[in-house]
Amino acid sequence: MTVVLTPPRPAEAANSLDCAPVLRERGQREVFCGLTGIIWLHRKVQDAFFLVVGSRTCAHLLQSAAGVMVFAEPRFGTAIIEERDLAGMADCNEELDRVVDRLLTRRPDIKMLFLVGSCPSEVIKLDLSRAAQRLQAKHQPHVRILNYSGSGIETTFTEGEDACLAALVPELPALPADAPRELMIVGALPDVVEDQFLRIFKELGIKTVRSLPARQSVHLPPVGPNTRFLLAQPFLGETARTLEDRGAVRLDAMFPFGAEGTTSWLHAAAVAFGVDEMLFRRVIAPGRERAKCAIEHCRERLAGKSIFFMPDSQLEVPLARFLSQELGMVPIEVGTPYLHRRHLAQDLALLPSSTVISEGQDVDKQLDRVRAAKPDITVCGLGLANPLEAEGLTTKWAIELVFSPIHGFDQAGDLAELFARPLRRRDILKV
Amino acid sequence: MQLTVWTYEGPPHVGAMRIATAMEGVHYVLHAPQGDTYADLLFTMIERRNKRPPVTYTTFQARDLGKDTAELFQSAARDAFERYQPQAILVGASCTAELIQDDPAGLAEAMRLPIPVVALELPSYQRKENWGAAETFYQLVRAIADKDVRPAPREGRRPCVNLLGPTALGFRHRDDIIEITRLLESMGIDINLVAPLGASPADIKRIGTADFNILLYPEIADTAARWLEKTFGQKTVRTIPIGYGATRDFVNEVAALAGVDPASALDKSNMPWWSRSVDSTYLTAKRVFIFGDATHAIAAARVARDELGFEVVGLGCYNREFARDLRDAAKLYGVEPLITDDYLEVEDAIAALQPELVLGTQMERHIAKRLRIPCAVISAPVHVQDFPARYSPQMGFEGANVLFDTWVHPLVMGLEEHLLTMFRDDFEFSDSAGASHLGHGSAAPKAVIAEEEAVDDSPLAPVAEPEVIAARGWTAEAEKELMKIPFFVRGKARRNTEKYATEMGLEAITLDTLYDAKAHYAR
Repeated sequence: MTVVLTPPRPAEAANSLDCAPVLRERGQREVFCGLTGIIWLHRKVQDAFFLVVGSRTCAHLLQSAAGVMVFAEPRFGTAIIEERDLAGMADCNEELDRVVDRLLTRRPDIKMLFLVGSCPSEVIKLDLSRAAQRLQAKHQPHVRILNYSGSGIETTFTEGEDACLAALVPELPALPADAPRELMIVGALPDVVEDQFLRIFKELGIKTVRSLPARQSVHLPPVGPNTRFLLAQPFLGETARTLEDRGAVRLDAMFPFGAEGTTSWLHAAAVAFGVDEMLFRRVIAPGRERAKCAIEHCRERLAGKSIFFMPDSQLEVPLARFLSQELGMVPIEVGTPYLHRRHLAQDLALLPSSTVISEGQDVDKQLDRVRAAKPDITVCGLGLANPLEAEGLTTKWAIELVFSPIHGFDQAGDLAELFARPLRRRDILKV
Repeated sequence: MQLTVWTYEGPPHVGAMRIATAMEGVHYVLHAPQGDTYADLLFTMIERRNKRPPVTYTTFQARDLGKDTAELFQSAARDAFERYQPQAILVGASCTAELIQDDPAGLAEAMRLPIPVVALELPSYQRKENWGAAETFYQLVRAIADKDVRPAPREGRRPCVNLLGPTALGFRHRDDIIEITRLLESMGIDINLVAPLGASPADIKRIGTADFNILLYPEIADTAARWLEKTFGQKTVRTIPIGYGATRDFVNEVAALAGVDPASALDKSNMPWWSRSVDSTYLTAKRVFIFGDATHAIAAARVARDELGFEVVGLGCYNREFARDLRDAAKLYGVEPLITDDYLEVEDAIAALQPELVLGTQMERHIAKRLRIPCAVISAPVHVQDFPARYSPQMGFEGANVLFDTWVHPLVMGLEEHLLTMFRDDFEFSDSAGASHLGHGSAAPKAVIAEEEAVDDSPLAPVAEPEVIAARGWTAEAEKELMKIPFFVRGKARRNTEKYATEMGLEAITLDTLYDAKAHYAR
C-alpha cells in the first residue's frame, strides 16, 4: 500500500509570518554588490563568459573578490568605461561591440555570453538588453548572448545569481502541458553537493531531475506546467517568479541545511512526486543519521552560545534556523539584506520568538547593537571581521558560507564546524 | 572601452581611502553606491588592520536615485561628523556618483561644519589609485598646512625633516619608515613629521616647520612636495634609498642638506660582502626582468645590475605618471621601456625575453609561475603575504639585506645548478622534482613528463613544452637534446637557437645548430 504524505498546509506557514518582529533599517550598508556572484557562477557554468560593463571599480572589486582565481583562465572580465565612452551613447555601443567581437574571437570555446550591468552602466542608461539582442543577431548560432544587472544600486551580493538565473529562464525550452512531471533544482550548488542530491532523488524514484543553472549552458533545462522546482538557495526570488510565470510550481520547504532542513527539502519533492513514505524514510535514513552524527561533536561547543548575523547573503535566516534548532544556539539578531518571507516561511517559523529579524542595514547602529549584545559569535563580512576581533568579539566571516559546500546531509558537519572553529581557535590560542 | 581582467591599480577613490586610512583624525565621506564598501576589506584583510577604515559611504540604491541622493549625502556626512568627531573631513564621489552629479563639495560646504572640509575631485574615468592618493594628500596639505610657520633658527638645535609618502596599503611602508627614521637618528636628524601615515591634521598644520622634506614615495607625495617647495621653500631629497648604493647616496644628500657628517651613518650592511662572496659568483649576468611601480622598478634595476651583477633585460612600470623617469632609466640599461597597465603585454614581454628571474608585482608572480621562472615581489599590488609580521623594509641598509635574501631565494642555488646539469637523469633532479627552492608548485605538470618519457621511447613523437611557442623546424634529435638542458635555462636555449637559425637562414634545426648557437651566444 502506498502512503502519500500530505503537503504542509500553507495556512500554517502564513500564520507563522508574523511570529518574529522585523526591524527595517536604512543607512550605510556594508555589503557586496551582485557582481560578486560571477565569482562562483563562472565556475559552475563552464562554457559561459561574464563580461561586466562598468568602471575600474568593478574590475577592482572582481579581482579583490576572486583573489588567485584571476589567473586560472577566468571566464569573466570587465569592459572598463572610459572618458571618451561617456561622451556619446552611440560611441559606447560601438565600443562594446568591438570588445565583444575581440573577446569571442579570442575565446571560441564560449557558448554563452552574459553582458552584466553595473552601477555606471545603469546610471548612464546603457541599454545592455538591446546590445545583447544586437550582438546575438551578429554572433548566432555559435554564442547565446544575454544580459542581467549585478549593479550595487539594484542587487546585493547573492542577488546577482538571482538576476543571472532569472535572465536564463525565458531561454529555457518549453515543456508541453501533458509532459510527465519533472523536478528542477534551482540555484548553483557545488558539483559534489548536486551529485549527492541527484543520487537521493534517483533512489526515491524521481525519474527526471534537472538543475538550473546546468553545468553546460547548451544543456538548458526545459520548463513547463508540470515542472516542480525546489529552491536550493534562499536568494532566488526573481528566478522563482519567472519560473512560476512559465507555469512551474515551487515546492515549499525549509532550505537544505543540516539534518532537519535537508529532510524537509527532500520531503517536499517526495510528496510532490508521490513517493511512498516508507521508501522515503528508508532512502534518507543513512544520510540523516550521518548528518546528526557529524554535527554532534560541535553541539557541545555551540549549544547555548549566542550568535548575531550581520546582513550579507540572505542565507542568514535558514542558517540561524539550523544553528538554533539543531545545535541549540541562540540567535540574537538575524540580519538579511532582503527578507523573502514566502520562501523562508518554514525556516522563519522555527526561529525562537526572542530573535530579532532585521532587513536592510545602518551599519554603525547595527554595530552598536552587536557591542551591546556581546554575542559569542558574530557572522559578518571581511570589512568588519578583523575590527570586531580586535574589539574582543569572535567572528565568522560570512563569504565562506557562500563559497563552501554546506548544503545537504553530508555537509552538515562541515557547516557546523564552520561556526565552531572560530570559538575553538579563540580557546586554544595563548597569545 | 578597455577589456580587463586584472588592474594594477584601483580607482582613484581607493587612493583617497589609502590617505584617510593612513591618517588619524580624518574621516572620508564617499558618495558611492551600495557595494563600493568592498574596498574596506583591502585594509582589514590584506593589510590586516584592526580598525575599520575611516570611511562613510552613502551606499545609495536604485530607489534613491533622482530624488534624495543629495539629502542622503548630507545626512551621511552629518552622522559621520557626530559619531567620529574628526579634525578634518574629506568628501568626494566614486565613479558612479561622479555620473549623477550631486556635487559633494557644494553639499558639504552648505553644511558649515566647524572643521576643515576638503573636497576631492577625482576623475574616475581618467585616473587611477596612485593619482587619487597623490591628489588627496596634496589637497589635504594645501588646505590644512599653516602657511605662516617657518623652521626655527638653526643655531643650537638638530636639523629636522618631514618624511613624505607612506600610506595605508603601501608595499613595506611600515618598515621603511622605521628604517629611515633610525638612519636619520644616527645622523643626528629629527623627524618633524611622517605623513600621511600616522599623521593627524594637527600634525599637518605644522608641516612648514621642517628644514626640508624627504620624498620616499613620489607616486604618493610628489605633488605635495612640489607645493611645499613653492610655499615654504623647503628643499626635497629625491634619492630613493632602496639598495646599498642608493642608500649611501641618500645619506650623502641628506647630510649635505642638513649640514651634518654622513660618515657615522654609512656602511651598515651585510649586503656588499654577501654579494662579493664566492657563493654568489653564479649570480653573474643572470638575466632579470623588472616590472612594478616606477619608483620600485627603477631602484630595483640599479640593485640588480650594480649590486648583484645581474643583467637587466627588461624594465617597465604600470603608472604612466612616471613614464618619463622610467624611460630615462631604461636608457641606462639599454633596454626597451615597457609602460603598460595591460598584464597581457607584460606576459608577452616576459615570455619573449625568457629571463632567469622576474622581479615584479603579485601579477608577475603569477605570470612567472605559469612560465616556470623564479620570481620575487618588489612592488604593489601585492597580496597578504607581502604585508608580513616580521620586520622587512625595502629601504636603507637593512632593506638592502632584505632585497639580497628575497631575490636570491627563488633562484636555484649554485651547487644545485651543477647537480641538475650533471645528474639530470637522476630522479631527484628531474624536471618533475623541480628546484628545491621553488617548492612543490614548481614541478612540471604530469602530462608534460609523460610526453618527455614518450620521447625517449620513440624519437619521432612530437614534443610539447608548456607555455613556450611551439618549435618550428626542430629535428627530433635536436629536440631530444634540448630536453637534456635543465628546464630553467631551456627556454633561453630554445630561443637563442631559433634566433640563430633564423639569422643563418637555416630551414631545420639539427643537433649541430643547437651547439653552434650555444657557441655563438657563449658569454
